[in-house]
Amino acid sequence: MPRSRMNLMVCTGTGCVSNGAFNIIGALKKELRKHSLQDEIQIVTTGCNGFCANGPIMVVQPDGIFYQMLTEDVIPHLVEEHFLKGRPVEKLMYTPPEKQAPVPKMRDIGFFSKQRLIALSNRGIINPEEIDEYIARDGYRALARALVDMKPEKIIETIKQSGLRGRGGAGFPTGKKWEICRAQPGNEKYIICNADEGDPGAFMDRSIVESDPHAVLEGMLIGARAIGASHGFIYIRNEYPLALKRIARAIEQAADYGLLGENIFGTGFAFTISVARGAGAFVCGEETSLINSLMGKLPQPRVKPPFPAQSGYNGKPTNINNVETWANVPKIIFHGADWFSSIGTKTSKGTKVFSLVGKVNNTGLVEVPMGISLREIVFDIGGGTPNGKKFKAVQTGGPSGGCIPASLLDISVDYESLTKAGCIMGSGGMIVMDEDTCMVEVARYFLNFVQDESCGKCIPCRVGTKRMLERLTAICEGRGEEEDIDFLEDMALSIKDSALCGLGQTAPNPVLTTIRYFKDEYLAHIKEHRCPAGVCKALIRYEIISENCVGCGACKRACPVEAISGDKKEVHTIDQEKCIKCGMCQASCRFDAVKVT
Amino acid sequence: MKLKPEDLDKISQRMKATTILREGAGRVKITVHMGTCGIASGARDILNSFLKLIEKIDAKDIILTTSGCAGLCSQEPMATVELIGEPPVKYVDLTPDKVEKIFEKHITGGTIVKDFALAIGNERIS
Repeated sequence: MPRSRMNLMVCTGTGCVSNGAFNIIGALKKELRKHSLQDEIQIVTTGCNGFCANGPIMVVQPDGIFYQMLTEDVIPHLVEEHFLKGRPVEKLMYTPPEKQAPVPKMRDIGFFSKQRLIALSNRGIINPEEIDEYIARDGYRALARALVDMKPEKIIETIKQSGLRGRGGAGFPTGKKWEICRAQPGNEKYIICNADEGDPGAFMDRSIVESDPHAVLEGMLIGARAIGASHGFIYIRNEYPLALKRIARAIEQAADYGLLGENIFGTGFAFTISVARGAGAFVCGEETSLINSLMGKLPQPRVKPPFPAQSGYNGKPTNINNVETWANVPKIIFHGADWFSSIGTKTSKGTKVFSLVGKVNNTGLVEVPMGISLREIVFDIGGGTPNGKKFKAVQTGGPSGGCIPASLLDISVDYESLTKAGCIMGSGGMIVMDEDTCMVEVARYFLNFVQDESCGKCIPCRVGTKRMLERLTAICEGRGEEEDIDFLEDMALSIKDSALCGLGQTAPNPVLTTIRYFKDEYLAHIKEHRCPAGVCKALIRYEIISENCVGCGACKRACPVEAISGDKKEVHTIDQEKCIKCGMCQASCRFDAVKVT
Repeated sequence: MKLKPEDLDKISQRMKATTILREGAGRVKITVHMGTCGIASGARDILNSFLKLIEKIDAKDIILTTSGCAGLCSQEPMATVELIGEPPVKYVDLTPDKVEKIFEKHITGGTIVKDFALAIGNERIS
């Protein structure tokens, strides 16, 4: 193969692919051929770059030039200017809000410069479908060390010393979990990689599997050696087709190299991995449900103990860790426990991957050191809230987590601080909310989600969340009473105490934190029948401001239920009886003449 | 093929040129100036000559890149050679023969070819 002088790292994570990354690649190929550059410039498809808001994304190496929001029609110009003539194209670069000059290099962009990559250290640098590229970045070296130079006890000791805690949400020390499983009697043991990511708005695990599948495999191999397991499962939801494809390919390539199978690295160690596809039930994120699902049973949790470490898959000792936890393992073995534990806070070590979404300028996937402030994530990396709206809260941990208000923006992002604020670290979903978000409606949304996803086995979760949802819905519709708040708090605490599994125990968190920090919004709904954010349909009405209305008729045409009347060039009016509060009139008005009251 | 631990190093060695290119961290960085003026006076041949020489010795630690006009159009084609830890050297009025000499003496040998060099160092950018 001829030597290439330039690599075009095109992001083919799910976000960029749905924005047309493969069309961009097609256009690039065509233009490179046109200028006979196809041999000296190589196109590399990578996993998620992280800056999903600005996709499709391409990073040009060796100079690290970052191009964003590419379209097929700019490619001919780009290829001729930059790749042929060596002049990077400014208008395709990233320009920070309120700045004039674009930032050409990826590492200088605020979104990237505050991040610290461990689990995602290969993102955008390797082609995830080529095992050699992973090996070239020190891949499988940690496995070689673990198998050749380390006893299983030593591996566990290293993970314990590193301070790594479970990245799935609960934060249980990983080394300790392995130790318990290793100590169980018997030779038949299993390990599982939990890739059943189900929180609304979360895509950390999917992106890790898509951008660096071998890191997950290597982590599992090391874990299997430590625990004494000979088979592992990757439980991944079927709605992640790209992740499924890449993990299957990675398993195939690792097996071809003898990194899976018998006698790995000639050490006598044997391990195989199979992929199990889940149907996308939130409860399968819970360990015992997941194991039931793996065994073809109804995915319902069971009472613990016995813990999976004692009795899991087929009743044998089983260790489950989440994707991100596994991806950290090879890095710790390779660089050492001291290196890892030097990052983060006293009790939360290393980094955490978050999917930053919602009302934030730079939505995407970020990896930050533990102990970073929430303000740095939302404002320095996320670029703040769009359209000059006021920041209101961040929701972490999805349906099991809670909302952190603006007054706590300087909170340190670590397991303990978030728990103290009534929140949880969770698996890494982070939803930013601005002044247009109704916190009562947010609580109702998440409760509705868990109510849908509750497996129905235990009464507190099945019935309790339903009763809570009824009261919340009543508040959102203006039928609430002041006692409802006490009822919600009371019921929430009972459910937390008595639900069978993590899903139920954490389900009331969004309600509790919104009452704790945004009680005034609840009271406005109840006492004044008013939704301060203008979201709850039963409590708002759309009105036309007569001074601003020019009678253009745009709202009249947009209204799907013909609730707007008025002659041309005359002030229009909305028939409140007919209005379904869809907001189309407001969206169509160019004169700011429609207001929500 | 079943890998042994030492095979990992062999694969890394084979992939080294790619790794260095992606990380932007070579021992030598060659920049060929490819403005309109450069292309008109033959920068394309200069780029190809460098590429062929790199391939010939299978060097894995050399990054070859391009940039726009260097501002001295009358002395194109030009190239800048930068060895890690040393100031960049600008070569002017290049021909494939001169490239071969620069490659041998400066890039692999470490001695600047003063006859073809215009200046050492970069302009100051405030």
